[in-house]
Amino acid sequence: MKSALTRSFAIGLLLSAAACAKNEEELPPPPPPQQPTATPTPAPTPTPTPVRDTVVPGSEEDFMRQVGSDRVFFAFDSSSLDAEAQDTLRRQAEWLKQYTNVTVTIEGHADERGTREYNLALGERRANAAATYLQQQGVAPSRISTISYGKERPAVEGSTEAAYAQNRRAVTVLSGAAAS
Amino acid sequence: MSILKSLGACLLALVLGTAAAAQNLSVDINQGVSRPLPIAIPDFATPSSASTPAGDTAALGGDVAEVITNDLESSGLFRPIDPLAFTTDVAMADVTAPSYPNWRTIGAQALVTGFVEAREDGSITVGCYLYDVFSQQALVRQGFNTQPRAWRRAAHKCADAVYSRLTGETGYFDSRIVYVSETGPATARIKRLAIMDQDGANHRFLTNGQNLVLTPRFAPNRDTLTYLSYAQNRPRIYLYDVETGQQRLVGDFPNMSFAPRFSPDGNTLVFSQARAGNTDIYTIDVSSGSVTRLTSAPGIDTAPSYSPDGRRITFESDRGGSQQIYVMNADGSDQRRISFGDGARYGTPVWSPRGDLIAFTKIGGGRFRIGVMRPDGSGERLLTESWADEGPTWSPNGRVIMFFRSRRGGGADLYSIDLTGVNERRVRTPLDGSDPAWSPLRP
Repeated sequence: MKSALTRSFAIGLLLSAAACAKNEEELPPPPPPQQPTATPTPAPTPTPTPVRDTVVPGSEEDFMRQVGSDRVFFAFDSSSLDAEAQDTLRRQAEWLKQYTNVTVTIEGHADERGTREYNLALGERRANAAATYLQQQGVAPSRISTISYGKERPAVEGSTEAAYAQNRRAVTVLSGAAAS
Repeated sequence: MSILKSLGACLLALVLGTAAAAQNLSVDINQGVSRPLPIAIPDFATPSSASTPAGDTAALGGDVAEVITNDLESSGLFRPIDPLAFTTDVAMADVTAPSYPNWRTIGAQALVTGFVEAREDGSITVGCYLYDVFSQQALVRQGFNTQPRAWRRAAHKCADAVYSRLTGETGYFDSRIVYVSETGPATARIKRLAIMDQDGANHRFLTNGQNLVLTPRFAPNRDTLTYLSYAQNRPRIYLYDVETGQQRLVGDFPNMSFAPRFSPDGNTLVFSQARAGNTDIYTIDVSSGSVTRLTSAPGIDTAPSYSPDGRRITFESDRGGSQQIYVMNADGSDQRRISFGDGARYGTPVWSPRGDLIAFTKIGGGRFRIGVMRPDGSGERLLTESWADEGPTWSPNGRVIMFFRSRRGGGADLYSIDLTGVNERRVRTPLDGSDPAWSPLRP
């Protein structure tokens, strides 16, 4: 019984395989390969259809798009704002002056190559440097608070100079921004 | 048998007869591990085997001997002899009249014997004896009454008695460590306060990891902690009662307050407060809440630590351009820099409970190292060498320093090292560990 079943199943397989092979033979031949044109024409640029902008003005997404960055970086054991950091903060201030209902917390951070408590103080100093700059650009002090995380919350894991450069930072965190 | 003094609610020290006054046997504490003293610590006997909530007294006798063995061995000053070499068990009669030749033949210079006896009131007595095997003299005869569940403390008390008799220093084994237990990736590290006995036993988490917590330190009463918590995203100083689990915020500061440490009398906290990029040192009276500002130099003044007499404070400051160690009077007067090492930075100064040294973290040449110097800045000596050693804390007798060592790429462990700088040991914790603080000796 069992062997009979097996045999008929095997036969079925053979039959279907034969059917497949037959079908394949009946397929039309593939199209010939396209010859490359001597002078490649540039791909047609799609006509710029006005895509609906989904970024809500006054939202965090809008902040990131217009400012470019929510953070500034520092040199080792320093809280000085270099030209790039000042640029970023200037753009942040411009945006914040547009959306006056938004408040910010500046989070100051340090890399791991300092002692715990010193780094807490250093993070506060960095947060304060960024906060002071925003104030000088016209953001009301009442809209800005600061917090230091010292070396407790690195942005990037690892014990490399590249990681440290990313971790020595002051991050502007919005609250009260429009929902995206 | 006369009662020496009451030792709190659970431990009572007894003098079992009078120990010999004269002795030749001693351990030079300044020699480190170069010549640890061979010592035999056979299982403690019991006059009659009885069951207790912590186990049978006969089994407890073995447990007590093991705790004492580990304590003495960890100091690096003693070399406990392998029990397999013992030629004899110690019965109750041998506890007070040891057969000296049996111990001399295996090279023991000192012998610790003892017993565990169940008492009618449910407590136990741990008898503790130390003998000089060569002069055949008893050097320690003490007994400790305790509830059975606190038997480890009685064992630590015995180890402290042995250590103290042979080194001339007070012991440090009956003490605890509070530290920060760490787990998870560096970018979202979970940190919890945890407490354990000095030897790692009785480990217990105190906080649940919901809030970032840092830098716990003991009050002189050993049952209160002060630490930094980020509860409600406001880094502030808290007090924590180890027995009740109750916490309370210290002071009502508008800005980050951190780096708290108790004064030796426990009435005052010295700490840092950051204001507009400038961090200074303040004190707050724990009961009245009155605040005094001690420093006002522009820059970072932090990591304050009192001298044991409460008259001076050491701290770190970058007022001179880089992080360095300073000393001032407790009222903030006479601030003087004491660290001047070859372009290095110095931080986390902690005054020894003996008053003679300040331990610190030295940063230089790509290394974070633990060292000590005298309070006038002289006699700097580095004890450790690593990529990132930080945060020293002193044993109650000022002979051992615990610290944490960060691993390159993430993670950290607790370590201890004695003042000779040779007996370095990893302190085992269930998870990673940092920010250790050693309690004073328990009563």
